Amino acid sequence: MIWNAFVLALREIRRNLMRSFLTVLGIVIGVASVITMVTLGSGATAQVTQDVASLGSNLINVSPGQRMGMGVRTNAPSFKRSDVLALKNELRGVKAAAPVSRSAITANFGNAHWSTSLSGTTADYFEVREWRTQQGRLFTEAEERAGRALCVIGETVREQLFGKESPIGNQIRFHKMACTVIGLLQSKGQSSFGSDQDDIILMPLKTFQRRISGDQDINLIQVAILQGLDTSEYKRKIVKLMRDRRHLSDNEDNDFSVMDMKEIANMLSNITKVLTMLLGAVAAVSLLVGGIGIMNIMLVSVTERTREIGIRLAIGALEKEVLTQFLVESVVLSTFGGIFGILLAFVASSILAMLMSVPLVFNIWVIIAAFLFSAFIGVLFGYFPARKAARLDPIVALRHE
Amino acid sequence: MSQPLLALQEVCKVYGQGAAQTPVLNHIDLQIAQGEFVAIMGHSGSGKSTTLNILGCLDTPTSGTYLFDGMHVEQMSTQQRALLRRFYIGFVFQGFNLLNRTSALENVELPLIYRGLSREQRQQLAMDALKAVGLEDYAHHTPGELSGGQQQRVAIARAIVTQPKVLMADEPTGNLDTQRSHEIMQILQSLNQEQGITIVMVTHEEEMAAYAHRRILFKDGQIESPELPPEAV
Repeated sequence: MIWNAFVLALREIRRNLMRSFLTVLGIVIGVASVITMVTLGSGATAQVTQDVASLGSNLINVSPGQRMGMGVRTNAPSFKRSDVLALKNELRGVKAAAPVSRSAITANFGNAHWSTSLSGTTADYFEVREWRTQQGRLFTEAEERAGRALCVIGETVREQLFGKESPIGNQIRFHKMACTVIGLLQSKGQSSFGSDQDDIILMPLKTFQRRISGDQDINLIQVAILQGLDTSEYKRKIVKLMRDRRHLSDNEDNDFSVMDMKEIANMLSNITKVLTMLLGAVAAVSLLVGGIGIMNIMLVSVTERTREIGIRLAIGALEKEVLTQFLVESVVLSTFGGIFGILLAFVASSILAMLMSVPLVFNIWVIIAAFLFSAFIGVLFGYFPARKAARLDPIVALRHE
Repeated sequence: MSQPLLALQEVCKVYGQGAAQTPVLNHIDLQIAQGEFVAIMGHSGSGKSTTLNILGCLDTPTSGTYLFDGMHVEQMSTQQRALLRRFYIGFVFQGFNLLNRTSALENVELPLIYRGLSREQRQQLAMDALKAVGLEDYAHHTPGELSGGQQQRVAIARAIVTQPKVLMADEPTGNLDTQRSHEIMQILQSLNQEQGITIVMVTHEEEMAAYAHRRILFKDGQIESPELPPEAV
């Protein structure tokens, strides 16, 4: 009987191909958007996690001020070079600690100019962030202490300023100073924060302080601890050390913050997870609307086919057979919608993932769930019209015009 | 006389409730034997269509009994009556009531679907039924492509494809011209004579009623002139 109903349903759908298509369009879009949203969301989450992991799980950021949510900081004294030395020398297990001071500048070479981020740091930074050169060399500790006008540039800066020319030995100009390029960094690509990690110029901290910022402030210290050590333990040690150095009494809050990459990763992936859920929920609403669309069309269809139902009932169709017929019809419709939706989602998420350059992470459970949900919507929203059809009085139905 | 195939005893039908009650049938007694061809006549509102609906198990009497081949239809559930229609009764309507955009063959197949026959069996039986009404060449035409007379023949084929005991025809010639009407009546007559199908036909045309063995005239919900079955004359 079910097979019969299935064949009848297919026949009916074929008979009204255009209407059937419009009916399932809502479901197609609903299923496609749910799957696409979740797929892109998972991709973004994976990207964030992977990127942060690539920054090094042994990395701890120490910054002045207390973090009040994303990016908001209270005013607090910045660090000095002595803080960096203390972190490096007083804590056993710290592999390297590098100060970072940043400034936005526009660099010029010949006629080319490029707005980028200039960081003043020490030679330790290359170890902390695992930077290697593809051409030339990195600056040394001695060069840093001497405050030489040298710099190391990222791949993007090279591309923008030098084009085909080799950058090594050339002088670039920014902020009323000239600076010799001694090294070109290996490309790291885009980070999960959407920023280009290769869009960077690194110079000795001393040079930076003297020629660019004009003060001794350090806005960020990045600490790398030895592989295999417990980061949370080191976080506590760093907090204690910094509190001592800043002479904070027991009832004072920290005026600096210490975060490890795991925390940052968790924070970011939590944000993307929440966003994914939110987008998925919005998309799920459209799936629901698609279901209501199916109910609408099925109700119209029942009214349109009242005489047909009357004929079926008159020649001996049972109520449950008519109910089954209409129910199967709406389930078949919505299931088709689900299948097309999944196909559309594959195409859409492949394209979007490429454009957004996030990895394509298909979650099989989301696909299965969206498919089952679309079939369920067929039952849910098909039941009411089907019951209406089955309960018709054959005499009245046959007289229907 | 053996047991009648259809027997109404003291059947009343009242529509509406309370003050709005309208009696439609008033104590009807009617017996139709196996193999008979009966014409039910009367003005509109005389209760003839209601009687046919009750005889066809589409409707139930308010009071009284209806025996179909000895079975008490008035005690049956909706589902039981549906099964009775499925296995014993064929219907032909004034308005043909075919499925649009569906071929003649598929229309005739329709009752067989509910019998659970295979596709091949259905098509074979449906083709035979179409042959019986002379429409085998139009099997793949849709109702829109057929004339009124042809549509009614498809409807007859649909009614007899299950080889029912009784054929209920509600003004089968009401929408047709005289010539087509006679063609339809000849088909009904031959079905009655050759296959022994009992036919109950509602009509208001004397000419068409003349094909029947006997006429039952309804007036104001009562049988006015119960002609006796031929055997009893």
